[in-house]
Amino acid sequence: MDDLLAEFVAETREMLAALSGEIVAWEADPTERARLDTIFRFVHTVKGNCGFFDFPRLEALSHAAEDALSDARAGRRVPDRRLVDTVLAVIDRIGAMIEEIERGEPLSEADDERLIAALRGELDDADLPLANSGGARSSFSAADQRTIRLPVELIDQVMSGVSEMVLARNDIARRLQMRGVETGIEAPFSRLSALITEVRDAITRTRMRRIEGLFATFPRLVRDLSAELGKQVFVEIENGEVELDREMIELIRDPLLHIIRNAVDHGIESPGERRAAGKREAGMLTVSARQTGNTIHIGIMDDGRGIDCDRLSQKAIAAGIITAERAAEMTRAEKIELMFEPGLSTANHVTAISGRGVGMDVVRSNIEKFGGSLEIESLPGEGTRLLICVPLTLSILPSLTVEACGQTFAIPRSYVEEIVSTAGGQLEFAQIGERRYVTFRGRRLACVSLGGTLGLEGGGSSALLFVILRLGWGELYALEVDRIFDHQELVIKPLSPGIMQSGLFVGCTQLDDGTPVLVLDVTAIGHGAGIPRELQRPAAVTASAPRPMREEREGLRVILFRSLCGERQAIAMNAVEQVERASADVVRNPGPDARIVLGGEILPLLGVAEGAELPERLTVLRLGDRGRSIVYAAREVIDISVLNGEIKPVKGRGAIAGIALIDGETAELIDCHALFAGHAPQRTQARPLTCRLVGEDAWLRSFLGPIIEAAGYRIVEGDEPADIAFVDGSDGLRTEGEARKAIRLSDRPREDDPDSIYRYDRSGLMAALVRAGEELAA
Amino acid sequence: MNGKLLLITLAGRRAALPAAAVNSVIELSEVTPVPRTPVHIAGLSALRSRPLTVIDCAAALGLSAAEPDWRLQRAVVVEYEGHLYGLLVDAADDIIDAIDDPQPLGADPGPGWEAAALGRVETKAGSLLLLDIGALIAGPLQARAA
Repeated sequence: MDDLLAEFVAETREMLAALSGEIVAWEADPTERARLDTIFRFVHTVKGNCGFFDFPRLEALSHAAEDALSDARAGRRVPDRRLVDTVLAVIDRIGAMIEEIERGEPLSEADDERLIAALRGELDDADLPLANSGGARSSFSAADQRTIRLPVELIDQVMSGVSEMVLARNDIARRLQMRGVETGIEAPFSRLSALITEVRDAITRTRMRRIEGLFATFPRLVRDLSAELGKQVFVEIENGEVELDREMIELIRDPLLHIIRNAVDHGIESPGERRAAGKREAGMLTVSARQTGNTIHIGIMDDGRGIDCDRLSQKAIAAGIITAERAAEMTRAEKIELMFEPGLSTANHVTAISGRGVGMDVVRSNIEKFGGSLEIESLPGEGTRLLICVPLTLSILPSLTVEACGQTFAIPRSYVEEIVSTAGGQLEFAQIGERRYVTFRGRRLACVSLGGTLGLEGGGSSALLFVILRLGWGELYALEVDRIFDHQELVIKPLSPGIMQSGLFVGCTQLDDGTPVLVLDVTAIGHGAGIPRELQRPAAVTASAPRPMREEREGLRVILFRSLCGERQAIAMNAVEQVERASADVVRNPGPDARIVLGGEILPLLGVAEGAELPERLTVLRLGDRGRSIVYAAREVIDISVLNGEIKPVKGRGAIAGIALIDGETAELIDCHALFAGHAPQRTQARPLTCRLVGEDAWLRSFLGPIIEAAGYRIVEGDEPADIAFVDGSDGLRTEGEARKAIRLSDRPREDDPDSIYRYDRSGLMAALVRAGEELAA
Repeated sequence: MNGKLLLITLAGRRAALPAAAVNSVIELSEVTPVPRTPVHIAGLSALRSRPLTVIDCAAALGLSAAEPDWRLQRAVVVEYEGHLYGLLVDAADDIIDAIDDPQPLGADPGPGWEAAALGRVETKAGSLLLLDIGALIAGPLQARAA
């Protein structure tokens, strides 16, 4: 196959892979323009490329699809279900053709004419060619012709060689630095250094691939399965960016597909059953990946009917696997384990989807074959979750390095939710027995002292820093550490069995200077501290999932922030036009009548107490209502949240509408109405200050005049006395006329003359105007 | 066996390790302690980019009670079941030839030593106790169970 053709095949296959998720999204909303455009671009590109080669059938098919989609884009045709199905069938057909082209086979006879007719809308519903998942799937499994195969050992060898080079380089860098004299090799050394880094990144990537590529095929698979079964299933993919050994991705593909088929077929109920059970009609399937040390955790969670343990044990009894007495003694978890007994399935009848004679026993043993494990948890009526752990022989681990009792440890970053510190004095603690709890985003989290857990000397619970860790299924805990160093990309090495025995570490790594650092198994540390694995069941999530969505619609979206006085306050999000940072210099007259110069306007600044010390930089919320703006000062923005609860009124607090619980903590809700009512336009001033514009330049009157008037000043002419005069300094110093204050303008920015203001420095002009007004008032 | 032996001093006694298994003898510059591990695991070091588990051989034999100091000791680097280990010994002086195959001990070498004893070898430097690297790495508990 010539290079050009190979290029075409590879490109088309890549596009097909990327398209998989788009198609399902498009199907959910056929009118969505962006998806329509993406799919249109695909068929358009395929058609265009066909022109270079002799593939008349492929060209005719993609051309017809292009026409149909083009009509839909132009609004000449409604993108309905029929169109979607037909286009899907066309895309599958293109995938199949591409494979035939790659294998050098003649394009197989297929019903292209019917597809084209369907695209033109010339077929009845009954005749519609149906899309099936077969074509799309197989298009990913065929080998890419342009790759070469290398023994993994060779890559490992290169990889470890490069790692040694990095260490040697760091050693040389340190020595060079210690010498402190010019040696003349700095430049070549830094070039070498950059090259080594590049090579290391490249060689690392040779083995790694994002799991996304595999996950991207799931939405389509689930879509086809659920259509076939008359169910509705949403797929949610989390953390597709986790990278995994290419080899491993291939190994887990089949087990994952099997589990997903099972979940859709047996786990998730029909819309009618779900409705009767009080669930949303559409089931939810979540697939997530997480990396910890040498292990990738892949979770597959559904909110279906769960595993029927009683039926499972009855079947096991019937099959002679266990006795009735034994079944009576078994716990739920033990019964679920029966799933993995050969020849046992809960399905009453074999279906076309998952009844392929492969049981969970085979799936588990396949995963265990390459050193992985499979766990399953299920609650009747609420769902099932499976956790697959697979090892990663060689991997770069993004980590956070921390210190406890003088020793450095690494924590896989995928577990780190947030870092909080007691320094701000904003953390709330509770002591329950010997266990400390910290309140984080409205949840009480158990504190686990890293030093204490590891039995290090001085490992008390006086630490000030907490790393909030999120375990596999969403439970959080706070790990107390003494210091936090850095985020680093570390190469994980396996530990010897003697060290692994402790069960607290997943591997080790080296810092740039070669010091070995242990990588913590945060799951084991959490469980070791008695944090139950079931703090947050999938059931709890799914049962409440529909509700927050509704609440979000009903509740008030607010911005949570900390006021200058340190109060936790909330303000309706739709009142806020912009959040920006401002320096204290632009704030005039701090106190209840404070003003701020923002974007060349003088605006009332609220939230500043009388005589308050302003921080050097402050966060300001610009509020807008019908063209009027006021600004609210804050120390920092905390979060965006939703207020659903009751608002308790407070008296005598001016612009506070009341107090409400947001994310489990109280917050004062700002009364936007009172803010705007209390700050009607500045023109209500008893007597506006007057300004005189001194100079011949028409610029003064036509450019400067209007903005001064808009800011609430009155321009005076002739002999009328003025409070402030603007003097155009470009044509020499002039008489200021009858004015109590003068502002001098220059026609270019002048560093040497701090008293004059560049005529286009709008903020400076406004600030000067306010300053002059203040000085006059004083 | 090919007959080469590494002559070491451990807990005041001379002994031998099969030289074929030994990569090198190094002085350690840094050992990171590893919490919650058996007593004979002195910590973790690195040989270039590979982690090196440091084994306190005296503790592995159940001989030492005093705090070991790896700074004063030499580490015999061996590769065992895919992992690198540094076996801490008081001295590792010489490589010598075994005159004969290892012989049965004949008598009990004393508490501790028996757990890791492979046999007795004759050399120019006299009769030496040949130690089992696997038993040293496994440590006191496992060795006794084995």
